[in-house]
Amino acid sequence: MKYDVLFSGFGGQGIILSAVVLGRAAAMYDGKYAVQSQSYGPEARGGASSSTVIISDDPIQYPKVLQPNLYVIMSEAGFLKFGAGAPESALMLIDTGLVQSRPQCRFMEIPATKQAKEVLGKPIVANIVMLGALVSSTGIVSFEAMEKAVLDSVPKGTEELNIRALNLGRDIVNKGENS
Amino acid sequence: MQGNDACAEGAMAAGCRFFAGYPITPSSEVAEQMARRLPKVGGTFIQMEDEIASMAAIIGGAWTGVRSMTATSGPGFSLMMENIGYAAFTETPCVVINIQRGGPSTGQPTMAAQGDMLQARFGSHGDYSVIALAPSTVQEMFDLTVKAFNLADRFRVPAFLMSDEIIGHLRERVEFPDEVECIPPKPIKEGMLPFEPEDDLVPGFTPFGRGHRVHVTGLTHNEKGYPASTDPDLHEKLVVRLVEKVERARHEIADYDVVNPEAEIVFISYGAPTRAVRQALLDAPGKTYGHLNLRIVWPFPEGLLKKFPNARVFLVPEMNLGQIAREIQRHVDQPVIPIPRLGGELHIPSYLLKSAGEQE
Repeated sequence: MKYDVLFSGFGGQGIILSAVVLGRAAAMYDGKYAVQSQSYGPEARGGASSSTVIISDDPIQYPKVLQPNLYVIMSEAGFLKFGAGAPESALMLIDTGLVQSRPQCRFMEIPATKQAKEVLGKPIVANIVMLGALVSSTGIVSFEAMEKAVLDSVPKGTEELNIRALNLGRDIVNKGENS
Repeated sequence: MQGNDACAEGAMAAGCRFFAGYPITPSSEVAEQMARRLPKVGGTFIQMEDEIASMAAIIGGAWTGVRSMTATSGPGFSLMMENIGYAAFTETPCVVINIQRGGPSTGQPTMAAQGDMLQARFGSHGDYSVIALAPSTVQEMFDLTVKAFNLADRFRVPAFLMSDEIIGHLRERVEFPDEVECIPPKPIKEGMLPFEPEDDLVPGFTPFGRGHRVHVTGLTHNEKGYPASTDPDLHEKLVVRLVEKVERARHEIADYDVVNPEAEIVFISYGAPTRAVRQALLDAPGKTYGHLNLRIVWPFPEGLLKKFPNARVFLVPEMNLGQIAREIQRHVDQPVIPIPRLGGELHIPSYLLKSAGEQE
């Protein structure tokens, strides 16, 4: 199985970190191959940011994502720039509070920023909520591998908050599936 | 781990203990990582006022007997050219990391290119020779940085790691060996002069303060190291030796992969485009296309071209307008077709297959 994942949002949301954490979970803790790269430019906080990660059971030669099959979209500008042309076979996770448009492909509405703010009091961990939702809805990596990768990647003192954010994302997906 | 960080780790593993540089996108992570790592092991990191000074500083560092390195890109590499010639002429072992970006001039700071490949070989004035390596994976950012130090020491030349923004900023898994082979330069033999070559045309290297009186000058010099800039024969002999000491080892030090040597249509690549060629070959299992991947581009090992005895045509994807394709064409009778990609993005595998299909 090969996943070509694209994350997009605005600078400052942790879009690049999300891809790094996902790649780390796959490569370091799930025994898979992963390569991560990002659109890299002079954009500062607030600009449309994107990053990609390829996850595969086999070695990865071409390091760039030409056609994503999995999208995590966390801003309307990011949707318009990177998500609007998603093929019908793709799956898109959308942060509902921040993205108004909806794609042609299958999508899941994840109120990540809203819930991060209301439940955890910290909208800054919305990207980790999205990762929790991504793992729970796709099984792209194991939840345990994702937990370890998150713990590796977040600043000291925020471990508990981030694990709660990861669990929150999982719960949003599970509740959605039950109802 | 990111390619630029793996490069810095390779330098640390190789025993590099002096880094002088000036940060520039997309190479800055190399300097940042060296700044973090060097002070902890008693090494020295210094941010210089510019790239001219950075290159001068690592030449000085090398003459104190410490493995020395700088990292740069685009305009910074251009500024280093004068002192790169000085390093070549004074036979100073040092390593320059170039994470190539789009040029000319300030060009595309955040985008990838391979536009400095001829500059690496010929960028300073006068005749000389250097060694240039080209990694196509994050693992090779580590491995080839180590190798660059060993080759720089063995041949007493500046060695370049000619990477690019794609590999420099790529993150993938990398494995560090417990220890790496570090071969220091051979010292001056008893009774020999500081610039008197041995049979391999390379003089022994004994840094300042280790028992030899050594005079180092950018003027044409005799074997003692003293200026002798008006002696035509001496100048010719010296310059020819500086070129020959590297060029004649080109096949011995060649580092490459050969795929499908029986093929008639053969790709030749180095650096990031190697990843696109490998993907293209995977995407077309029914085709037999050859592939030569070069990890050392300079000195150019033209003998490897004979490893494809049935080759009708060579296709050379590069992120420039055909700089190494031009070198390849010099050595073969078959057509050499450049597949340039400018603008900062990597070749698309299907485009490479289309180019190959046109030759069938």
